[in-house]
Amino acid sequence: MSAVSQHKVVDSRGSFCPGPITDLFKAYRSSQVGDVIELLATDPAAKADVTAWAQRSGNELLDTIDEQGYIRIIVKITKKRS
Amino acid sequence: MDMVYPALMIATTGATMGKEVHMFFTFWGLSAVDKKKVGSLKVAPVGNPGMPMPNILGMIPGMTAMATRMMNGRMAKAKVPSVPEMFKMAKDLGVQLHACSTTMEVMGIPKETLIDEIDDVVGAATMLSLGEGGQIIFI
Repeated sequence: MSAVSQHKVVDSRGSFCPGPITDLFKAYRSSQVGDVIELLATDPAAKADVTAWAQRSGNELLDTIDEQGYIRIIVKITKKRS
Repeated sequence: MDMVYPALMIATTGATMGKEVHMFFTFWGLSAVDKKKVGSLKVAPVGNPGMPMPNILGMIPGMTAMATRMMNGRMAKAKVPSVPEMFKMAKDLGVQLHACSTTMEVMGIPKETLIDEIDDVVGAATMLSLGEGGQIIFI
């Protein structure tokens, strides 16, 4: 495992289900444990969907921040499956 | 088109959540994985209770094309990938696609005419055994 963890920003603004989740998953696939992915989304379903995804995949939802017209969802990668 | 999108959305999302996902295409559903048709699937307004108009208007020539054009436009606006792109994405995420052997025989569809993403040609028993212990969603 690399010592330096990364912070990636994934911009899914304007895209609707399943766009944000599949964008997040693509970033997740190229991530390592310890990395943080920040997902930007305008889809009103994104918050609940990412929460469900994190729970199911064993990763940690760090924070959700409401911005003007979109939401920032911060996920920490705590578990990787092959 | 309005039938295959929900299936593809649930399948791709399920795969991102670590689930094993299989899609089984039978009867008219098989045209969704026909190479020639996959890029030009339609929305049929006749017999579609979701259409925001009296159903009989769906019989007017050109209504199917219009409904399809409207749906395509809205999908593009929501940045939803096209159906062929969704199939590629599904495969990339590990979704397995199966075609129904009976449908292929009855409708005279050889495997070569199906999209390359199709893994195999199987029967209902295979599908039921793959789905055993999991959720089966019929669309």
